[in-house]
Amino acid sequence: MFIPCDRGGGSAAPDFKGFTLLMPAVSVGNVGQLAIDLVISTLDMTKVGYFYTDCLVPMVGNNPYATAEENSVELSINAEVYSLPSKKLVVLQIRSPFIKNKYRPFCETLLSWVKSSKCARVVLLSSSHAYQRDDEQLLGTPLRYLLTPDLEKAVGGRMKELNWKEMEKVAAYPGINDTDKVLHIPGGGITKLLFTESCSEGIQMAVLLKFCSEGDNIPDAFVLVNYLNEWLQLTKSEVSTSNNSTDPSSQWKIPSSWRLLFGNGLPPALF
Amino acid sequence: MATFFGEVVVAPSRAGLDEEEEAREETPEDREIRREIEKKRYRQRGEIREREIQVLWSCAEESLVCSRFIVAIGRNAAAFLSSFILDSVCWEVIGVVKLWNEWCRTSSTTNVLPTDSFCLFYRLISDPTVLLCQCSCYVAEDQQFQWLEKVFGSMQKKGLQVTILSTCPVADYKTQESTLTLISPFLKALKTKEFQEQVCCPLLEQPNIVRDLPAA
Repeated sequence: MFIPCDRGGGSAAPDFKGFTLLMPAVSVGNVGQLAIDLVISTLDMTKVGYFYTDCLVPMVGNNPYATAEENSVELSINAEVYSLPSKKLVVLQIRSPFIKNKYRPFCETLLSWVKSSKCARVVLLSSSHAYQRDDEQLLGTPLRYLLTPDLEKAVGGRMKELNWKEMEKVAAYPGINDTDKVLHIPGGGITKLLFTESCSEGIQMAVLLKFCSEGDNIPDAFVLVNYLNEWLQLTKSEVSTSNNSTDPSSQWKIPSSWRLLFGNGLPPALF
Repeated sequence: MATFFGEVVVAPSRAGLDEEEEAREETPEDREIRREIEKKRYRQRGEIREREIQVLWSCAEESLVCSRFIVAIGRNAAAFLSSFILDSVCWEVIGVVKLWNEWCRTSSTTNVLPTDSFCLFYRLISDPTVLLCQCSCYVAEDQQFQWLEKVFGSMQKKGLQVTILSTCPVADYKTQESTLTLISPFLKALKTKEFQEQVCCPLLEQPNIVRDLPAA
């Protein structure tokens, strides 16, 4: 599944042993994917390979993180892997939806790649439909986390220090029987499947998700990536000198491919 | 979400994954219904399942040696090749793709009309390593990978250079100005870093992308 880029200087595949794999779920508002774009763009991560898979709709374009003419001509496809060895971070970006009936094989292949490449843990960025929140979830923070039992032992304490809220389980049969609780992540795409499979296979996985709706999800992406940053400390928060407060978006670099998200310029003749 | 008139509707999600139907617990009746639908949609015909693609070659060689492969995807690109490149003197038909999906069906005949849906392969008689494909039929997203593997799997690649010709509506082109004032048609290109020759037109700028079979 994983094909390393040929970077010259030897054909050895990159080594991800002990790394944290950061990846998005294709979910409501594409918030996870937007947040991943911010991480890759800000940390100026190097592409180290891609996934050769029949599970995602094919797409191709030029470098979405281009900053100049010279680096704008590298092709980019639907599932690519970037790495930053100095932070022991490997990032998978998914850029297209799943082909019907193919999301399960993708999850299986992904998790077996995680095990074979010996990643220490997986952090999954996701989102869930805001309109499906219950009364309690409507109040307070829209951010939630989930940890597999193996990761709970390692970092559960840190989540408590950060005062994070764990994703609540809901009644399996609401109105009839409130004792059976299940995990329900509507709009979360493969989040629930990946999480439950990781639990049963002993993979250390954390899910960070935000309740949101479809629309302009750029602010949601900033909120989610800052949430991630509280824990992983990928970048330093910058204090704005003018009013001595932290601008939540200042430390993240928006990629050039985020231009024209909502359509082209207007024809002058319209006015 | 609640609409203006107050009724609650499920908003289609850009996430693209309708996991509700996958995650729901199946009753035995649901399973039976799903099995019947799948049987109808993916009817077994001998060894071949209807959703599968067949690539039929008329030449005897087990694998074709190919140095240049030109693929025209979509009716416009296929028509371009018919009008300017193909003729019965220099090119011979050597293969056809047989497929079915909800949008079109192709057959194994090589005698096609321009209005038919077809996918044909030609070889240049004077240089048999030059192959050409006209694919005017729509290849569904779950068939694109198959098409790729079966077509390229039949080739012995000898310094292979692939050129893909395709068209997209101008309205889909993302640009700062309005597409109304854009002079069209216009050409844009994408190339791999291994392609060292001069490209005849500007490269496709971000945030524009290519999808489906040309992307595959």
